[in-house]
Amino acid sequence: MGGDLGQAASTAIQMIVGADWRLWSVVFLSLKVSLAATVLATAIGLPLGALIALKSFPGRNLVTVILNACMGLPPVVVGLLVYLLLSRAGPLGPLGLLFTPGAMIVAQTLLVLPIVAAVTRQIIADAWGEYREQLTSLGAGPMQAAATLIYDCRFSLVTAVLAGFGRAAAEVGAVLVVGGNIDGVTRVMTTSIALETSKGDLPQALGLGIVLMALVLAINGIALALRSAGARQGA
Amino acid sequence: MSAESILPLALAEVGFSAGGTRILDGITVRFEAGPVSVILGSNGAGKSVLLRLCHGLLAPTAGRIAWHGGFAGDPRRRQAMVFQRPVMLRRSALANVVYGLALAGHARADRSAHARRMLERVGLLALAERPARLLSGGEQQRLALARAWALKPEVLFLDEPTANLDPSAARMVEEIVGAIAREGTKVIMTTHDLGQAKRLADEILFLHRGRLIERASKDAFFAGPSAPEAAAFLRGDLSWD
Ligand SMILES: Nc1ncnc2c1ncn2[C@@H]1O[C@H](COP(=O)(O)OP(=O)(O)OP(=O)(O)O)[C@@H](O)[C@H]1O
Ligand SMILES: [Mg+2]
Repeated sequence: MGGDLGQAASTAIQMIVGADWRLWSVVFLSLKVSLAATVLATAIGLPLGALIALKSFPGRNLVTVILNACMGLPPVVVGLLVYLLLSRAGPLGPLGLLFTPGAMIVAQTLLVLPIVAAVTRQIIADAWGEYREQLTSLGAGPMQAAATLIYDCRFSLVTAVLAGFGRAAAEVGAVLVVGGNIDGVTRVMTTSIALETSKGDLPQALGLGIVLMALVLAINGIALALRSAGARQGA
Repeated sequence: MSAESILPLALAEVGFSAGGTRILDGITVRFEAGPVSVILGSNGAGKSVLLRLCHGLLAPTAGRIAWHGGFAGDPRRRQAMVFQRPVMLRRSALANVVYGLALAGHARADRSAHARRMLERVGLLALAERPARLLSGGEQQRLALARAWALKPEVLFLDEPTANLDPSAARMVEEIVGAIAREGTKVIMTTHDLGQAKRLADEILFLHRGRLIERASKDAFFAGPSAPEAAAFLRGDLSWD
């Protein structure tokens, strides 16, 4: 067993260093899908979270509770919902997105959106408690207040976005269900690791696992660096 | 003053209750243009709440607050407030002043230059590019004054502008407040510092447990207030000197 693991690890490292084409195309698609989903989720989730934080409306607490709960949505369930939407008989069937990277982006967007929106809501609500009177006194309207708070909380918000990206890059259930793990089309790091492991191709699985871990570490490193850069600037 | 002034500010039987407790009660007062009005009173007397009501951040639960009737427009645009704990935006000192100017609709091309002039007047020009949140307490207080002063408000509310400042920082703030008043802004402020009240005030308003129980010129007040609570307040404070 130990020998297996050692051999697998050295082959895996050779693959990474040797720029194995098969491995890197999978990594590249992973990044593309998860980045696109994060950008979309941020574009929707940032203003949405700020809106829920700043505007009082009936049922706001309920919306907040639901949003917070959705942060823990099981990826497989989200995958299933998107599958039903996009399947040929589903309401969005005519788009022909099922088993394409587009479907995977849609599914991951739904996974990341609650994280970005819920964390943004919390951050903006806390800041609003501090800023409300000052901004009102200076004459800021609701839109100006929202823009000011998003800008002033930029370092904390980037952390929320990176957390969302981390979740997208690491999940397997949603992309597997809606993408189908088709070689060269919808195969990403996590689905590939699952498949190669079940096939017994440990070097390929381990190589991808190492790249994925490095990615997650890098994201956390960036988040930490941004936070301390923000602290240095009094932000 | 003329029809284009928002002053005088008139409060008629103004009260404010929250959570079942009456914080302010039966306040009737007129603030005229000109004299520096200093509101004195012990902790919890309702000074900060009174300023918030006047500035429109809180709505009175009883009575009426009215700016001069002849003024057409939004009186909010003609007043500013510096809070007991001013909130600095997470950007440079200069950008904090520019931000206020932008919200007030100040001509874009002149914002930065005007903000620099204001920073110079409060002695912060050298720190213009520093992140505002990293400034010292005294510097932040002066920055808050510059941000408010830059708007050329007709009325400026100041809530304990020198709380937690050392004497020299407090003196700098007092000089700025004096200059703001001399340039024609009506200053309505609160303080705990009797020396400061003597230096800055033209008139004193004494709040006690949510009621305005004395209003007098500075000289009359310090010569001997007529309300016994005000006299006790003066004695109590002096006994610590
Ligand atoms: N928004 C509010 N809701 C409920 N109670 C409040 C509110 N604001 C102030 N209070 C209460 O009203 C009372 C008066 O508060 P205020 O801050 O006006 O006192 P103050 O005279 O400014 O005191 P200090 O000298 O300590 O600043 C206090 O008992 C305070 O707890
Ligand atoms: Mg107070």
